[in-house]
Amino acid sequence: MRVSEDRLRAASFEDLALPLFDQLYNFARWLTQDKAEAEDLVQETYAKALRGFSSFQAGTNFRAWMYRILRNSFLNSRTGLKTTVVLDEEDGGGLLVESATPESLLIEHANREMVQQALQGLPVSFREILLLCEVEEMSYQEIAETLAIPTGTVMSRLFRARKALRGVLRERIEGGRHGV
Amino acid sequence: MACEEWRGELDPYLDGELAPAESAPLGAHLRRCPVCAADALERVQLKRSLQRAGMRYEPSAELRSKITKMVAARSTSGIVRQWRLVLVPALVVLVAAFLLNAYLGRERSARQRVYSELADLHVATLASATPVDVVSTDRHTVKPWFQGKIPFTFNLPELTGSEFSLMGGRVAYFEQVSGAQLIYQIRKHEISVFIFPERAETSGLPSGAANSESFNTETWTQNGLRYFVIGDASPADIQALTRLLQNAT
Repeated sequence: MRVSEDRLRAASFEDLALPLFDQLYNFARWLTQDKAEAEDLVQETYAKALRGFSSFQAGTNFRAWMYRILRNSFLNSRTGLKTTVVLDEEDGGGLLVESATPESLLIEHANREMVQQALQGLPVSFREILLLCEVEEMSYQEIAETLAIPTGTVMSRLFRARKALRGVLRERIEGGRHGV
Repeated sequence: MACEEWRGELDPYLDGELAPAESAPLGAHLRRCPVCAADALERVQLKRSLQRAGMRYEPSAELRSKITKMVAARSTSGIVRQWRLVLVPALVVLVAAFLLNAYLGRERSARQRVYSELADLHVATLASATPVDVVSTDRHTVKPWFQGKIPFTFNLPELTGSEFSLMGGRVAYFEQVSGAQLIYQIRKHEISVFIFPERAETSGLPSGAANSESFNTETWTQNGLRYFVIGDASPADIQALTRLLQNAT
């Protein structure tokens, strides 16, 4: 009876995990910035998740769990160890408010490649939270589970990440205009 | 609340993370305040461009098959494989049935609408103090009466030898198009025959008998005209009248 239960579990793992494959790879590649490393990372993630699936608690968020495994594997990898992810840690409150300046609408002129380069240049902690929020369309709660941080921190980090990205884009657009 | 305070809420608002109680007033403010609206627009643009830019890398086919095999090796064996043999086709059937149902549902509802409208016309006519505008049992009186009132002509059957009698006719409107409505009677049951030019709303209707809101109905096309027969007479009587009309010369 136990065996068939395990097998059924494995079947549901397949159903849950395989649809995430493309997204996980994209995320891994963004983190590592390297094809071979990203491939290793995805394989490691699936292997770990398969082994650990029995400890995965039904009712908790499977997607956040998978991303957390991938991210932790990344942090323990060669590239990840070199990356400083934990920054000056933010608290939930005290969001600074930016006012909309006319040039803020310049972002309209940012093309895809420009955004990709800007994103690539951001610190990993900003890059990953922006990807989880905008590309994976995770809720704040899911992001909190994935990054193992409180939702208040999700909000403030997202805010700072967006601000940083806007800053980079603005610089690039302005720079481009002045022929730099 | 000052704009600065709203601004702090903009990101969670656009991320869909505000409760309705909080997002409604912010939405109202955005409709009033062009400065905040411009700010919101810029944030939306950033979200959009990030979404587009973020989906950048595609995994190789080799990696995909590696991962698929790795995962499958643990799962498709024994009892699960047997279950799959049953479950997968069952799911396929379910999905197909669902889609078909949705499609038929749409078809049905279009059809239902036509029949409901005609049933309403039929009932309203019988309830009216003057059900027919041309009162005559003679098809040679009724048919010419429609000339110049509707944009087509049609033939009515000779009723001699049948139990049907013609009560008369009137001009009916179905979705803004004029057509003929004829009232027949058989054993105290009134039957309406509607004749309209065929068009998009009705051309999809399959010919044949149907049962709609306690009425029996029949429909077909002939010479570019759409016929509907509707009434509380028995299906057999509806059929008989249908055959008479179809063979009218």
